[in-house]
Amino acid sequence: MNAVPPVSAVAGPVRSARFHQRRSRKDRAVRWLVSIGGVGVISAVLLIFFYLLYVVLPLFLPATTDLVNIAENVRWQDSQAVYLSVEEQLEVGLRVSRSGEAEFFSVSEGISLQTQKLPLRENTRLIASSRAIEFDGTVAVISDTGRMLVFTHRYETQFSGGVDTRQIVPEILFPYGKQALLVLPNTDISAIAVSDNDADLVLAATGVDGRVKMEMISKAENFLTGEITLEKHPAEAQMDFKITAVTISGNHKWLYLGDDRGNLHRLKLDTLELLQTVKLGDSAITTMSMLLGGISVLAGDASGTISQLFPVRGQDNEYRLELIRQFRQQSASIVQILPEQRRKGFLALDAQNGLGIYHSTANRLVHFQILESGKPLGLALSPRANGLLIEGENGSLDMLAIKNEHPEISFSSLWQKVWYENYEKPEYVWQSSASTNEFEPKFSLTPLVFGTLKAALYAMLFAIPLALMGAAYTAYFMSPALRNWVKPSIEIMAALPTVILGFMAGLWFAPWVEENLAAIFMILLILPPGLLIFAWLWHQYEGPVKTWVPEGWEPILQLPLLLGLGMLAMWLAGPVQTLFFGGDLRIWLSNEAGIPYDQRNALVVGCAMGFAVIPTIFSIAEDAIFGVPESLSDGSLALGATPWQSLMRVVLPTASPGIFSGLMIGLGRAVGETMIVLMATGNTPIMDWNLFEGMRTLAANIAVEMPESEVGGSHYRILFVAALVLFLFTFVVNTGAELIRQRLRDKYSSL
Amino acid sequence: MAGTMTGGNGVSQNRSDKKDSLGAWVKSGAPWVWLNAAAVSVSLLLVIGLITLIAARGMGHFWPTAVYELVYQDQQGQRIHLAGQISQIEKVSAKRLLESGIPVAEGVETVKRILLKIGNRELGGEDFRWILEPGILQQTRPLSIAVLEREEWGTFIGRVIGLKQEGQLLESRDVWGDFQLRIERAADLRVQIKKLEKGDIAAVNYRIEKLRLRERRLQLDGVNETAPYEELNKRREELQAQYQHLEDQLTELSKTIRRDSVIMQTSDREEVELPLYSVIDAWQPNSMSGLERMKHYFQKVWAFVTEDPREANTEGGIYPAIFGTVLMVLLMTVVVTPFGVIAGVYLKEYARQGLLTRIIRIAVNNLAGVPSIVYGGFGLGFFVYTLGGSIDQLFFEEALPSPTFGTGGLFWASITMALLTLPVVIVSTEEGLARIPRSIREGSLALGATQWETLWRTIIPMASPGIMTGLILAVARAAGEVAPLMLVGVVKLAPSLPLDGNFPYFHPERKFMHLGFHIYDVGFQSPNVEAARPLVYATALLLIIVILLLNMVAIHIRNNLREKYRGL
Repeated sequence: MNAVPPVSAVAGPVRSARFHQRRSRKDRAVRWLVSIGGVGVISAVLLIFFYLLYVVLPLFLPATTDLVNIAENVRWQDSQAVYLSVEEQLEVGLRVSRSGEAEFFSVSEGISLQTQKLPLRENTRLIASSRAIEFDGTVAVISDTGRMLVFTHRYETQFSGGVDTRQIVPEILFPYGKQALLVLPNTDISAIAVSDNDADLVLAATGVDGRVKMEMISKAENFLTGEITLEKHPAEAQMDFKITAVTISGNHKWLYLGDDRGNLHRLKLDTLELLQTVKLGDSAITTMSMLLGGISVLAGDASGTISQLFPVRGQDNEYRLELIRQFRQQSASIVQILPEQRRKGFLALDAQNGLGIYHSTANRLVHFQILESGKPLGLALSPRANGLLIEGENGSLDMLAIKNEHPEISFSSLWQKVWYENYEKPEYVWQSSASTNEFEPKFSLTPLVFGTLKAALYAMLFAIPLALMGAAYTAYFMSPALRNWVKPSIEIMAALPTVILGFMAGLWFAPWVEENLAAIFMILLILPPGLLIFAWLWHQYEGPVKTWVPEGWEPILQLPLLLGLGMLAMWLAGPVQTLFFGGDLRIWLSNEAGIPYDQRNALVVGCAMGFAVIPTIFSIAEDAIFGVPESLSDGSLALGATPWQSLMRVVLPTASPGIFSGLMIGLGRAVGETMIVLMATGNTPIMDWNLFEGMRTLAANIAVEMPESEVGGSHYRILFVAALVLFLFTFVVNTGAELIRQRLRDKYSSL
Repeated sequence: MAGTMTGGNGVSQNRSDKKDSLGAWVKSGAPWVWLNAAAVSVSLLLVIGLITLIAARGMGHFWPTAVYELVYQDQQGQRIHLAGQISQIEKVSAKRLLESGIPVAEGVETVKRILLKIGNRELGGEDFRWILEPGILQQTRPLSIAVLEREEWGTFIGRVIGLKQEGQLLESRDVWGDFQLRIERAADLRVQIKKLEKGDIAAVNYRIEKLRLRERRLQLDGVNETAPYEELNKRREELQAQYQHLEDQLTELSKTIRRDSVIMQTSDREEVELPLYSVIDAWQPNSMSGLERMKHYFQKVWAFVTEDPREANTEGGIYPAIFGTVLMVLLMTVVVTPFGVIAGVYLKEYARQGLLTRIIRIAVNNLAGVPSIVYGGFGLGFFVYTLGGSIDQLFFEEALPSPTFGTGGLFWASITMALLTLPVVIVSTEEGLARIPRSIREGSLALGATQWETLWRTIIPMASPGIMTGLILAVARAAGEVAPLMLVGVVKLAPSLPLDGNFPYFHPERKFMHLGFHIYDVGFQSPNVEAARPLVYATALLLIIVILLLNMVAIHIRNNLREKYRGL
């Protein structure tokens, strides 16, 4: 590569000036190249940190909205709307007017696409509407004569050829017939609700006189013909309070009513029997809605408070409605609550045109703004919750574009106890995905951090004694010849792939421990005293064998001894179990002591990961002890201290920063280790210090879930939060250890 | 060294006042020293024990162990005939057996439980069966019993009693010899079929797929003339004709290979006719001599490292995993070497030594301690999704929506690993450079050499063993690391190797198999863990051997280096 011949300053041929110029140019060029390359590589490595930050950051950015005016003075068939909705692509909207005109219109231009008259009686007008949150498209409307109609609207995407020719074709259907399904005559209607699932359609209407009427329509499908027959179960009841709001639980077991004194009543749906009343506050409940999934009820009241409640199964197996959390960020009476259709979030509009975007699990107001467009006559939230269609006075049409990617993230949802739906009490839970859309994701990092620390703790408990004692002996007492062998051997442990350690731990050690649990504890009990007794005997013994083992070679002498003691422990385990634990410690633990036992548990992980950490700690600690200047221990010995005393009082204190830094680096390795915990634990995110149960760690969690998480989604970004936490933790710990070691090096050189 | 000497002094001191009491002995701290020594022994025992265990289990698998024929009385009191190889023996406490409803004779504390590999999965549904020693009524080792290794359904254990050719029973004096000949014939045909399938047919398919992509490209570019499309169609028709021809050949071959079948008798005297084409190998372990066993053993070991896996990785070899690991590590080395060395040289030789350099040095050092899974996440997010996604948009638009570089693959895995091992290489390069005495540098500069000439002619050659050590350690780490690979492109079964006969021969975007991941996958995700376990041990052993060798070489180089520069 380099063509320049050796330059001899003394006898070489005289070179031209151009040659020297070329040399120095080359030197400069290389200097530049290497500098650029070096800085480039180093910044590429540091890029990791910034990339992690870049992925994580959007989680903590606030939601933003953008109000776009679409049209002024839209010429609607009827000036007053009773129902407004918009489909997924934000292209087609539906507006139902009081006179029963159902009109599909283009959202982008505000022009009418298709109009259809709902089958209303002469001279009646619609006064209220309700949409089913479970089944997209089912809508109930009620007329001023108390007749309730149900229709569904569907949007079909058609391609007439090529990708760019997409067309959305809307239609209105009447799957339950065009006649009124529920009639509540002779009163002013105060609220209506509809709920629809695979089994039944439920309608409910309440009057200002306290009457409640319910109609449950069961859909029975004939297996042979596939024909659906409808069967009606009506019910009616009279309440002694003023009903202001109504909603129906998603499982069709309960009906919820709100009254003007701030009470929420739970009724049995099929009989309308009053089961429970919960006092939410002093202000009248103004509006109610179910949250996605049909489990939680949201109730807004006249003071601007929104309460979330859901039924919780109690000790007696009975459900009771519990007040879970309240949002008090809005100050005017809540007019309308719009639940999102894909997430556990909702929007709330108050009487002063304030619009709040909330998320229930995260327990936070994500965004709040006053609608500048004035008092909205109708609101429609798109299925993706990325746009809010607003019909204003005088026929203006606005679209509030909402950018709200990660509402479910808050400090409390990541790190604190959260009361999730279907849970009996607030808990730390990590459960990131499930099959249904209605699932409430549970993103508590606490159990994962807990699992990480638990695994690391047990690993350190196993590793520290062995590594430190081994390091002290190797550095201070061992003969140099043996040390030259022992140190590399133990360091080679560090090179063993962790996947192999994990495999051995999960498939060989875990079943072995389960079978021989007692033997493990017997080994712990027998080894130290056995060793000491032997040591005393060896100390007293004077004979030919003693010369075979020179000083500093004790570990070799101990190898057979340890094997023997181990066998003894195994052999003793049987009788000891029979004596104290009814024959089998493992069965005794679960049956008598009530300690649950998993096959892949913290004990197994502790040993396997401890095994992986030993060489790290050993190597650094040994270096630190070995590096303590000889003069120190010589002085101590000369003053009459025994070697052990010199080690404990002089050498170890001097080397302690180095030992500490070894421990920290070992801890860093234990915290970030993936394969061992992945294979040797059950990976269940439980929070329990029990030695015989498993855990799920941050690292294993990333390995399991990241390939399946949706890019850019909240789950994906939270996994990167976990990665960032790991990165920062190990980085800080390792930097600390490195600084300590450097200080120590300076100290030694001055001694 | 001083420590040892003082230690020696300590012991002799103890020995000199022999009569001292237990109290004095304890007070001197000697028991503690003894316990510390025990910590070393325990650590050593753990390492040795682990490696021995893996070695024993991994190497034992290929040995043709004896087949026992048993008359066994099961828990329902029924007498059954079983034949199988012992794969595990353990002792179970009587209490545990009683708890699971198995009667145990009075006064018995533990019962021997034997895991028998009985094979014949298509008959009984299970490869393995636990039996209790007391139930064994009779035990023999018949010479004629044979073990058949098959393409599917695992092993078959039974007696060969006849051969059929095209459905006709053959008259044969030496059934076993004929059987062997016909197995060889089937093996030859199998090689031909595989060559056809994986070679020629795969190549034609690959070319047809390329044509499809080219057509899509033309559409995307908005080419409206018909000429290029017709050209493509013509080529496609040619290829399809070729494909048809090959397909016919394949049909012909697979008809030929199905000519023979073998009639086997199981231990309970049931006769089963097995198609011979699926029999890979057959042997009679009970009648083999020691030498034959050895030969068989090495044949099986060789097959293990050179053959493709079968039956969801629970049988056959691990060749693709070895290939994938080696290729990934090679590619990683190619990437990491120049960058790591340049960064190391820059930090040590060119950068101004000050606080900033010190901070960078510490930071780089610490990156070696950052958990590998973090690198995996970075690789997935940045390399695969961000870079790969952009590359696909720019260069492989015709293949979308199926990703080319926008999904994990060999290339991204190598780069991720390179990033992971970069700190190791930088640090060891720096250390190697730091070890060169100042005098050498000064001597060279004093003779008029430029800084670059000094570096290139003297410093780097002298530091090269140090750099090599770093590289070897990096390779060892990359070969054993699995967690990040799980995110960036390793798969349990890759349909084709990243290196093959189709232009451009090297396909870095393909997914690949890896020894470490193979261990995880087969050991934990496999449907038949019991059958796969010995193979996992063997794979683990292979991986350990490779990595230990690499590490020992690195340690050796490092030690030699220390010796070499001690005088300077």
